[in-house]
Amino acid sequence: MTYREAVRAALRKALRGDPRVFLMGEDVGRYGGAFAVSHGLLGEFGPERIRDTPLSESVFVGAGIGAALGGMRPIVEIMTVNFSMLAMDQILNNAATLRHMSGGQFSVPLVVRIATGGGRQMAAQHSNSLEVWYAHIPGIKVLTPATVTDAYGMLLGAIPEPDPVFIFEHATLYPLEGDVDETAKIADINRAAVRRAGRDVSLITYGGTLGKTLQAAELLAAESIDAEVIDLRSLRPLDTAAILDSVAKTHRAVIVDEGWKTGSFAGEVSAQIMELGFDDLDAPVARVCSAEVPMPYAKHLETAALPQVEGIVNAARNMVPRHG
Amino acid sequence: MSANIVSETLPVNQEHALFLFQEMLRIRRFEEKAAEMYSLQKIHGFLHLYIGEEATGVGAMQAFTPDDAIVATYREHGHALARGMQAPVLMAEMFGKATGCSHGHGGSMHFFDASRRFYGGYAIVGGGLPIAVGLALADKMQGRKRVTACFFGDGAVAEGEFHESMNLAALWKLPVAFLCENNLYAMGTALVRHQSQTNISLKARAYNMESGAVDGMDVLAVEAAAKRAAEFVRSGNGPFLLELQTYRFRAHSMADPDLYRTKEEIEEWKKRDPIPLFKFRLQEWGYLNESDMVRIESEISAEIEEAVRFAEISPEEPIEDLLKDVSTQVKP
Ligand SMILES: Cc1ncc(C[n+]2csc(CCOP(=O)(O)OP(=O)(O)O)c2C)c(N)n1
Ligand SMILES: [Mg+2]
Repeated sequence: MTYREAVRAALRKALRGDPRVFLMGEDVGRYGGAFAVSHGLLGEFGPERIRDTPLSESVFVGAGIGAALGGMRPIVEIMTVNFSMLAMDQILNNAATLRHMSGGQFSVPLVVRIATGGGRQMAAQHSNSLEVWYAHIPGIKVLTPATVTDAYGMLLGAIPEPDPVFIFEHATLYPLEGDVDETAKIADINRAAVRRAGRDVSLITYGGTLGKTLQAAELLAAESIDAEVIDLRSLRPLDTAAILDSVAKTHRAVIVDEGWKTGSFAGEVSAQIMELGFDDLDAPVARVCSAEVPMPYAKHLETAALPQVEGIVNAARNMVPRHG
Repeated sequence: MSANIVSETLPVNQEHALFLFQEMLRIRRFEEKAAEMYSLQKIHGFLHLYIGEEATGVGAMQAFTPDDAIVATYREHGHALARGMQAPVLMAEMFGKATGCSHGHGGSMHFFDASRRFYGGYAIVGGGLPIAVGLALADKMQGRKRVTACFFGDGAVAEGEFHESMNLAALWKLPVAFLCENNLYAMGTALVRHQSQTNISLKARAYNMESGAVDGMDVLAVEAAAKRAAEFVRSGNGPFLLELQTYRFRAHSMADPDLYRTKEEIEEWKKRDPIPLFKFRLQEWGYLNESDMVRIESEISAEIEEAVRFAEISPEEPIEDLLKDVSTQVKP
């Protein structure tokens, strides 16, 4: 099945399994979801549980928070991460704070799914990768499923969480094909995964750049550079131990992140390696990020702005000493 | 019933009338004490007093049952007290103590009480409205006949969140009572300088929502109007916007030098102070004599002294618990 179908299968299972679960967002019902994720769910579950909302990001995210306080298990879909900026007040000031600010009296079991990322020639207002802005905020969880299995398992893993969970679905992943074991127990949403084991360099990434990073690892293998690929899966909490374990083995790290380099999540990973794993390093940490430019429309410019396989290969090659 | 000033009142018996009077006076004295504690540097941060607006919170709160939900703003001391939260835990919260209603995490602007369905004070103007819409959505989806009461100021009416919330609540016929406490100022900006249409209750029309306005200095009028609004909402007719026309006698917050309005304007409004106004009526009706008054004042004074004493002697949260309530502690 595809990544899109995996998200849908998880939604269906969650909706069937718990009458408190409902989906709301712009065009999730009759339209079937801007990325066709919720296609068919309206017919199966009806308009009470598959709720088309007006173009009002602030109130439909805030209503998700309120409904969670009121005993429901809302899943809110935000069409694109750029639009989530209109709901940032509710996310930062309410979802993330209510538990702490109330002295632990209230919790907000809310799941928000957000499409993210570039690569589809959608230009400057539909292509950003702003996960780091969310990962900055204590009080919420930030997940970035990069595989079909995780698209399914991490959504199901998020639903029982007592606190707000934000799931970033990179828009280029929706057509990705893969297998899902629907009977497997729900995924651990707090741990990173080693997607390819290797000895020479750690390539650390998440979400939409996992595929490019795995391709880079294959090209490096052809040059006898044995790269390990770490998929962070969750940005908050961050599985720092998995990062340090890998760096302790390879002594080198390249972080691949579709966010802009300045203030990127890659910067955070790099800082953690520096603080906690400095003595393991044989080379400075490198970052492969997006160029510091609003996302251009033209294909060749967009390609140049985003992290690409070649850039990842170069970064790794530059830090690994030549063999024999 | 859109946009009419509702001024008729319900017949009121002595016991209930005295209750309303004491509720208002308690808030007034609590706020005076809070100001004093701020001057003594026992209370820090922002402190927004409710003095002058007591009739709106006390009157409106009579319309809601313990099962209903309350959402308020950073000027929520009156709502919390009128909801039955006790003065000591509120004072302790402002002192930053562990015994405070939010364990000292919230302070003056963020009172919470799950047991009273008091969903808090929100300090982002307009930020509580979407939460109220969601609480009402949960009730509607779960088939419960509850109402969510959502208090906010005239300033919030300029925020997008107000308009988004009005539209969605009306569109989905959600059981929200929107209660706008129009005190004619958003900090230093007068209503006429922040609204193109200063008749706030009229705005409901754009959302196909029922609305009304009431003299917020008359506690009985507020109670009657709020009860009508709450019953309308409770009966499944969708939301209602009630504008409560009031005035704050003190500065916006303790940090505000109050330079944007004249002393004369404030004095003019003080002639309509809801507490003496109601006291006069009680005396006229023979419900209150001078010895009752002395007794009430001394009971309230004792209660508030006790609140200060409790706040003073209460422990602080241990620093080891700094991160405790950021996320739910998952039992291993
Ligand atoms: C979104 C936002 N903008 C600005 C402020 C700063 N601020 C705090 S209270 C206030 C005035 C609000 O006025 P109103 O809603 O009428 O409530 P009142 O203080 O009169 O009770 C302002 C501008 C804020 N807290 N939130
Ligand atoms: Mg005001």
